[in-house]
Amino acid sequence: MSLGLITPQVLNFVTPLKLQSGASIADYNLVVETYGQLNAQKSNAILICHALNASHHVAGASANDPNDLGWWDNMVGPGKPVDTNQFFVIGVNNLGSCFGSTGPMSVNPETGRPYGASFPVVTVEDWVNAQARVADHFQIEKFAAVMGGSLGGMQAMAWSMMYPKRIAHCIVIASTPKLSAQNIAFNEVARSAILSDPDFHGGDYYAHDVKPRRGLRVARMIGHITYLSNDDMAEKFGRELRRADGDSDEYNFNFDVEFEVESYLRYQGEKFADYFDANTYLLITRALDYFDPAKQFANNLSASMKNIAAKFLVVSFTTDWRFAPECSREIVKALLDNKLDVTYGEIDAPHGHDAFLLEDPRYHNLVRAYFEQIAQELQS
Amino acid sequence: MMRSDFAAIANWVEPGSQVLDVGCGDGSLLHHLKEAKQAHVYGVELADDKVLACAQKGLNVVQQNLEGGLALFEDQSFDKVILSQTLQTIHQTARILSEIARVGKECVVSFPNFGHWSHRSAVLLGRMPVSKSLPYQWYDTPNVRVLTIADFEALAPAVGLELLDRVVFHDGQSVEFLPNLRGSLAVYRARRAK
Repeated sequence: MSLGLITPQVLNFVTPLKLQSGASIADYNLVVETYGQLNAQKSNAILICHALNASHHVAGASANDPNDLGWWDNMVGPGKPVDTNQFFVIGVNNLGSCFGSTGPMSVNPETGRPYGASFPVVTVEDWVNAQARVADHFQIEKFAAVMGGSLGGMQAMAWSMMYPKRIAHCIVIASTPKLSAQNIAFNEVARSAILSDPDFHGGDYYAHDVKPRRGLRVARMIGHITYLSNDDMAEKFGRELRRADGDSDEYNFNFDVEFEVESYLRYQGEKFADYFDANTYLLITRALDYFDPAKQFANNLSASMKNIAAKFLVVSFTTDWRFAPECSREIVKALLDNKLDVTYGEIDAPHGHDAFLLEDPRYHNLVRAYFEQIAQELQS
Repeated sequence: MMRSDFAAIANWVEPGSQVLDVGCGDGSLLHHLKEAKQAHVYGVELADDKVLACAQKGLNVVQQNLEGGLALFEDQSFDKVILSQTLQTIHQTARILSEIARVGKECVVSFPNFGHWSHRSAVLLGRMPVSKSLPYQWYDTPNVRVLTIADFEALAPAVGLELLDRVVFHDGQSVEFLPNLRGSLAVYRARRAK
């Protein structure tokens, strides 16, 4: 069962938000969606943090496009693992993103022109501070849980460190305490594709009424490769040629789409270039690169978790090579070093990093069981 | 019904202590120790359904293959590390024993005793034993190591384990006389040899 039509709300924040870079941003909007009912004690709130290309639209159908289901609709809703009959769930579009919250596409009130390249670099920690203001808006003192996958998991982790008294449970899925050199390298290739697109215009392409589509396409293609496992791609596409029924399976000896996998990647790239903003892509991949809570603790992740009070559910997927199980085990190890409560599931799923968005019963049952425990705690 | 080794193990667990159950199954023992001893408990388990059963009981559980050791756990970081009827299912016998002695200030090891007379007589009659304590056929058993009380006591010092205490059971009753012949389940309290 799904939630039905959902209308987002726009929250405006006048007080300047100081950013990690030293810059600050004033008078900004954050778009949110909420599902379920906040109880009288305001104790049943769950915050869902989004990853690279997602938004506040976590679940249900969009009011202005009923075919537009939320990106985690299989996880959040009535009777779903995160049950909106029990919990009040908030999805928030992060600062710098391109789905209605203030970002590079927004008009800078000081200049009357889009921020473009002048939009300040934001970090995971900045997002968490902005999300804390969303909690204040709803008068939520403490979240029953903050949850996210991938980059969203980083935000959940940062919540447990930055606001230890405001989060009871932390759910970190297919995430990592820091990016590896290989991960940063993939991000750099994606950014290079955007930065070298002649339509990029140093980030101020809005004024030229163009969009660095070629760069965005390549960025998405490389990203997409890293979200799937080798087995998954072999299974989905193999070496299948892109041919109509009855057509010859001889090669065409040219550089048009020959293989199914090429067609798939081009389609994904094209779709992404339609809806995503290039400056946002730069900002969000940079936020990924920078996240490293252990850095200010002499690279000791355990030390960075000293103040955590939340209980954790950590989940990884065996075929995820973008944020491999070793990354999650590093988180679990640091939690164990601090004798923090943690449940860790290592799901043997074939779908690579994307598995966190899919409906594997072992994964969903574990999340469901964990949330049932949270619901029980709230009742006692 | 509670397994007979659970009561013996619970007797050795101090109230409020830190307990790790290695190969914790569905979490029954941990649940008991959490309720009866207010212990702070964690389990390690590989099977998906058992990890889920632990999560449904609200227990801390880490999904991991024990053959790789206990790398997630620091030296002497738990008051008790329990290896309850799991030893016989692990290929890396010496390694897991030295790992639990490394992680636990004390450890508890229990296993089905292959030396019980009924097992010996089955073999004498030419068949592998199938009994309450070894309930599997030879071709579908999860047990990859079969051992006797005497075997374990010979191995323990070789892997750096000092045995402190022993209880032997058969059919839920404690066995004092000729334990390796009359006991079907052995439970030890041990620690890393000084």
